[in-house]
Amino acid sequence: MKDLISKKVIDIKPSGIRKFFDVANTMKDVISLGVGEPDFDTPWFVREEGIYSLEKGRTFYTSNAGLPELKGEIANYIQRKYKVTYDPDNEIVVTVGGSEGIDLAIRALTNPDDEIIIPQPSYVSYEPCVVMAGGKPVIIELEEKDGFKLVPEKLEEKITDKTKMLVLPFPNNPTGSVMKYDELERIAEICIRHDIWVLSDEIYSELTYTKEGHVSIAQIPGMRERTILINGFSKAYAMTGWRLGYACAPEIVLKQMMKIHQYCIMCAPTTSQYAAVTALRNGDQEVAKMRESYNQRRRLLIKRLQDMGLSVFEPEGAFYIFPSIKKFGMTSEEFALQLLEKKHLAVVPGSAFGDCGEGYLRISYAYSIRQLEQAMQKLEEFINELG
Amino acid sequence: MREKILSVIEQNSRLRSEEIAALLGENIDEVRSEMRAMEAEKVIAGYHTIIDWDKTGKEKVYALIEVKTTPQRGLGFDRIAERIMQYPEVDSVYLMSGEFDFAIFLNGKTMREVANFVSEKLSPLDEIRGTATHFLLKKYKDHGAILDEAEHDERQIMQA
Repeated sequence: MKDLISKKVIDIKPSGIRKFFDVANTMKDVISLGVGEPDFDTPWFVREEGIYSLEKGRTFYTSNAGLPELKGEIANYIQRKYKVTYDPDNEIVVTVGGSEGIDLAIRALTNPDDEIIIPQPSYVSYEPCVVMAGGKPVIIELEEKDGFKLVPEKLEEKITDKTKMLVLPFPNNPTGSVMKYDELERIAEICIRHDIWVLSDEIYSELTYTKEGHVSIAQIPGMRERTILINGFSKAYAMTGWRLGYACAPEIVLKQMMKIHQYCIMCAPTTSQYAAVTALRNGDQEVAKMRESYNQRRRLLIKRLQDMGLSVFEPEGAFYIFPSIKKFGMTSEEFALQLLEKKHLAVVPGSAFGDCGEGYLRISYAYSIRQLEQAMQKLEEFINELG
Repeated sequence: MREKILSVIEQNSRLRSEEIAALLGENIDEVRSEMRAMEAEKVIAGYHTIIDWDKTGKEKVYALIEVKTTPQRGLGFDRIAERIMQYPEVDSVYLMSGEFDFAIFLNGKTMREVANFVSEKLSPLDEIRGTATHFLLKKYKDHGAILDEAEHDERQIMQA
């Protein structure tokens, strides 16, 4: 019977995040710092627009690529933030979350045996998407000594004549690392020289805590024409459940992505699209408020973890912190499992985000200060008991 | 820095100074001295606890009293306000624009106590031309806190 199922699918490993939380789910009174989504509700004015669109009976499909109004606002937003111009009619598709955009881009570009370079630790979906598309994932191991950034030498090392595309996951889940303009320039130079595409997953762009804010690689001269920019509403506007994202790319690629999108998905949810128009038009203030709140909690956790004597890479984006637990001589899975069993505190082992995440934990700070304080106390007790 | 400190403690007055300093990325001694200065200047006028007395089983009555007055020459409304706010049962006194002059929030044990306050203490004052008393039936949200809502997390286990 086993032959019934696609071998490709069988060979995909289940997500390390899920596996761990299936254990946590069976226990009582667990404090979890494991969830990768905002703790805010969607701002009320956005929810209200969703409700209003339902009241008006806007319950039909939108056009495949998305509401023209929304695509227009997305183009405005990107112009405003990065001074990069996309044609809303031919270069933007509204997707079901950023995840769909990632899948579309990988599928649209990958020929059998094409190599797609994936820096890790990073979000868990890139590798399986490449495998499903028949490509070959090539992993770059990011290191703490480089600030978990992609450095040019490591990229150059992995490029072959089969290399088709580089995935660029910054601000990064799980490390919180971000890439600055000059660092991206050096990556861009290599991509242009070797004629490779970039899939830039910028879903956490609004949650960047540096003075300069987020930089998109599409801003670098010569990159717009070889970049597929992925972003969405989940993290910036606390709209995870609305399932809404978008991809911007040169028409030559977007046209092909659109085919996959229209046959698999038809169009993104209509209610969410109407709500998103308002989010982009009037959301700046709310986004700034949420960003400041995450930033406060980020600083608090950095301090608490440092005070415990942990080696902590200082995250500058997203809402995760990625402390090293190497000095305890356990794997991150062992550490997390013991922490869960002894202290009922759940965090995600770094190894869930790639082999090079081994020795680290991903702690999400998208929780209330009260919850974070409780969790930090438990972690401190646990560490003290380890001696 | 003052504004930042205030916006943090407005939501949670129980944070310790070292936590406030960590949240804001500021020096702890500076935070402490700013807080002391703001307390001295009465920028921070007090630290309160939001209590849902309904849940304690203790009977309490809240009333909003609209008050119309005749302001006194040269003294305006301030002198009347000063008289009204002396009563311990008076929780808050606000000067308002519009149909009436003062809004008084009253915190009483029983309805009778509120009635007595209005008829015996408030109305007899010379400057007062009229009052209208409204009793609060239920508090839903107080000082930004939603009262009936326990902290709950609806986020489910997700691979994100």
